[in-house]
Amino acid sequence: MLSFVARRLFSALLTIALSSVLIFLALQALPGDVASQILGRDATPEAVATLREQLDLDQPAWQRYLEWVGGAVTGDLGTSLASGEPVAAEVGLHLRNTLLIAVVTILVAVTLSVVLGVLAGLYRDRWPDTLISGLSLVGMSVPEFVVATLLVLALSITVPVLPAVVLDGPSASIGELLPAVWLPAAALGVAMTAYIVRMARTSVIDVMAGEFVTTATLKGLGRWRVVTRHALPSALLPTLNVIAMNIAWLVGGVVVVENVFNYPGVGSLMLQAVHNRDLPMLQAIALISATVYVLCNLAADLGAMALNPKLRSREQVGLR
Amino acid sequence: MSGTGTDTTGRRGTLTGLLGALRGSTTAWVGLALVAAHLLVALLAPLVAPHSPVENDPANALAGPGWAHWAGTDQYGRDVLSRVLHGGRYALMVSFGATVLAVALGTVIGCVVALRGGWLDNLVMRVMDAVLSIPPVLALLVVVTVLGAGPLVIVLAVSLVYTPAVTRVVRAAAQGVAPSDYVTAARVRGERTTSILFREVLPNIVDVVCVEFAMRASWVILLISSLSFLGFGANPPTPDWGLMVAENRTAITVVPMASLAPIIALATLVIGLNLAADGLSKAWGVDRVRKGRA
Repeated sequence: MLSFVARRLFSALLTIALSSVLIFLALQALPGDVASQILGRDATPEAVATLREQLDLDQPAWQRYLEWVGGAVTGDLGTSLASGEPVAAEVGLHLRNTLLIAVVTILVAVTLSVVLGVLAGLYRDRWPDTLISGLSLVGMSVPEFVVATLLVLALSITVPVLPAVVLDGPSASIGELLPAVWLPAAALGVAMTAYIVRMARTSVIDVMAGEFVTTATLKGLGRWRVVTRHALPSALLPTLNVIAMNIAWLVGGVVVVENVFNYPGVGSLMLQAVHNRDLPMLQAIALISATVYVLCNLAADLGAMALNPKLRSREQVGLR
Repeated sequence: MSGTGTDTTGRRGTLTGLLGALRGSTTAWVGLALVAAHLLVALLAPLVAPHSPVENDPANALAGPGWAHWAGTDQYGRDVLSRVLHGGRYALMVSFGATVLAVALGTVIGCVVALRGGWLDNLVMRVMDAVLSIPPVLALLVVVTVLGAGPLVIVLAVSLVYTPAVTRVVRAAAQGVAPSDYVTAARVRGERTTSILFREVLPNIVDVVCVEFAMRASWVILLISSLSFLGFGANPPTPDWGLMVAENRTAITVVPMASLAPIIALATLVIGLNLAADGLSKAWGVDRVRKGRA
């Protein structure tokens, strides 16, 4: 058991290290001289020379990579080319704002989808199931920018209750940002809910067909007890995994949704960095997203193991 | 990731398998019909569109639906209906190219590592995991920053981003086939890996690959439209659904159709692909639901 955890930790670290190499390579693949590519054709030779020095371009690539990774480990992610400020501070501030959306999204999506998924599973092939399954199919078929646009039309224009655009800067307090969180979170949550509903529905159908449910029912356990004791936990467990797998996609959705609502989070920062060709900033955001993804998957694996005794013992058997 | 491609029931062969699945599943049928209709419209758009999709007409800008313009006009007076009819061409072309490439690459790599196993399997899957850990939109934005947003760049980048996920699924399916007797027999006969791959393994996981294709295609279209929406895809004035929503979003109270029409077009296409994937996977017994959106 312990050695399984250790092995899983090691493989997570290895994946992060590998993806850092990939990110670095991708951004170093700028054709021609990186400095003049960033500055464009009209740059003066002095400006190019300054940037070359700033990016340490005279050093070999592997040395720059090691310096970057070494810095990243100690919390120094370099200096933004656009603002001249340390990248870590800027990303940190925006990350806090994005986490606010992410937490709201995940909480709402998970609660809603587990309830809907269990309902659909229990009423399999009857109208609640048809309705819920149909809606989740539509939910996973429309991109975030569409959901966001429709939400703005409904809740900011037709019935103006929530702001369509965030006017606060990145350093606004959480209290100031809170009213602006709901629409972006809803836009992100739709697709996520749709996926978890489908998962939960299948799990519930599987479980309810299981022998122990028949036993429980025959034992005289009420339907409600059967649902809360067997159906709900079984629907909850796989959602852990879906959330972890969806983190990568959530980051992408965040870019789109933050752009629509002008929300000062990592997604907006990333788009700015793309427009400014701010390589240190892009590198940092990509590395952080990859790390978050790997850690979430690690947590989901370990969590599933802790919650599911069957998985735990199988791993032990496998290791012997 | 359980690709259960091994429950062979006799009806294999790509076309017969597909037809069999279609006969048994209304869902798959409706889905494929929706996709086919979209392909047809995209192909015939220049013939059936009542107006040019890029022609400006400032005198008729922001007009509501009427006889001359069935779905109204946008802020430049361009005919919304014609733009919607043309609007799938870029997304469909790029998405189709990227999906074919990703599924082909992923299938070959997945089969090879499943057959070979050992250190090669370990190494390749490690790298694939690393690629998977970088969110697709983010990876594409990085690539676009570095290489620009040309269609070829987008096709290659999207296919690279999605190859690892396909590889994982196909590898799991192929691992189910690899220990079977006919593969062992072929190995004992001394057949080469390529021949085993194409003659023994691939025909038995065709169903997994087909479902994978429909599913990936739906995600790729969503991704490509999102990129267009963000301004890293089709270039204005090219008609494209994602771009159209971005252009007309601010005028949604004045001419709602200019935003809603491309939304409906995009949604029906993706719903079609999802229905096809659902129907086919159910008919073939391939577990689709238990896959995240990577």
